[in-house]
Amino acid sequence: MIETEPTLQAAIQLPPIKTLERLAVSERGFVFDPTSGDHFTLNETGLVVIRALQQNKTLEDVIESLRQEYNVEPQVLERDLLEFSGMINSLLDN
Amino acid sequence: MATITATVAITGMNARADNPGPGLAIARCLKEAPEFKGRIIGLGYDALDPGLYLDEYCDASYLLPYPSSGDEAFLDAFGRIHQLEKIDIFIPCLDAELPGIVRLTPLLDEWGIRHFLPTQEQLQLRSKDRLMELAEYAGIECPEVKTLSNPAFFSQCEEKGWTYPLVVKGLFYGAKIVKNAEQASSAFHQLAAQWGLPILVQRFATGTEYNLTALGDGHGNMLGAVMMKKMALTDKGKAWSGVTIFDQALHDASAALIRAINWRGPLEVEVVRDPHGHYQLIEINPRFPAWIYLSAGVGRNLPLTLIQLICGETPEDFPPPKPGVMFIRHAMENIVPLDKFEAMIIDSGQHRQQDEGEL
Repeated sequence: MIETEPTLQAAIQLPPIKTLERLAVSERGFVFDPTSGDHFTLNETGLVVIRALQQNKTLEDVIESLRQEYNVEPQVLERDLLEFSGMINSLLDN
Repeated sequence: MATITATVAITGMNARADNPGPGLAIARCLKEAPEFKGRIIGLGYDALDPGLYLDEYCDASYLLPYPSSGDEAFLDAFGRIHQLEKIDIFIPCLDAELPGIVRLTPLLDEWGIRHFLPTQEQLQLRSKDRLMELAEYAGIECPEVKTLSNPAFFSQCEEKGWTYPLVVKGLFYGAKIVKNAEQASSAFHQLAAQWGLPILVQRFATGTEYNLTALGDGHGNMLGAVMMKKMALTDKGKAWSGVTIFDQALHDASAALIRAINWRGPLEVEVVRDPHGHYQLIEINPRFPAWIYLSAGVGRNLPLTLIQLICGETPEDFPPPKPGVMFIRHAMENIVPLDKFEAMIIDSGQHRQQDEGEL
């Protein structure tokens, strides 16, 4: 019997779309939360992720578009997104 | 919008870097408004109040006796200034002077000087020692406040569940965060010497500081709210930099506070957002804050709106809130000829005609 590796995708908890939608995101990755007044910067990949999520794309869509763009394994992407979700949640008041 | 040509007297010209009064910022809001073509009379309490010497914002400047000197001394000085300058509108904007000035409003009315001030009762309802009562009424959380008349409390307070750090406050001004009984006792004595008794102690609220300024129309409505997150503080905890935000929860809580007491006039609501995302009410100041120029920066020039209300005009609709506009203060030297300083010391001010005549 072949054992499948448990997916990390289920563990990725991204902020609610309502929170993401309110963010002002500049082309260079500067993010301002107009409700809390907090700000932070994203790298190129983080910017792609946030932009995609703001456009209501699913996590699966995000993983697929990143996979095509950066040519990396889905498991690697999931691991990176898990780390990213933890970081973004700590920066935002949901 | 009609042009306003009134002569407006404004107090609080103590634009000191660590703890500025709001007067100069109010004058700047008016002077830079195209609708305002009037004169500004800057009023201060100390010959070194910086705003008194900034000619671009104050057309004339005078000293008043400190509020502790009593009504008679105030009226004597203020009456003399009124004779010279023919004041149309008065905007007092320091916490300590407001109770006395509100008491004197019938006389101001008699002199034909217009204002937009809260009643004595409204002032008392938002005072620091009654904050919990008001917060409960308006449905906002508030760190517990206790009124003290001696510092003995601080040596046993931990047994009563008041654990350090605590905030020790004067009734009008001053707040010190204290970490033990010794610091608390020292803060008590310092604040009592400066502002008198009682002294207040408030539980320390952890979180990020946010402020809201607005006008209460006296009928329970909040006008033109501007909210700000403090980004950098002076040693005295005053905003050195901030950024506008918009949070519906803070808006609604502040509107509820204004509605609860039918507040009339400018005000500043100070809150801390705790780690659970709840707002804790820290203070309500009965005046514009020193950062009021930010209101002009987001197109909601509240001092101008105040003047329009006083003049019986209906202010135009406010533009939508504009989060993400920053201010950063800076310190700068103003060169003052010695004769101007001399006039402030000897004559308590200097009357200037439109063509720069002297007293």
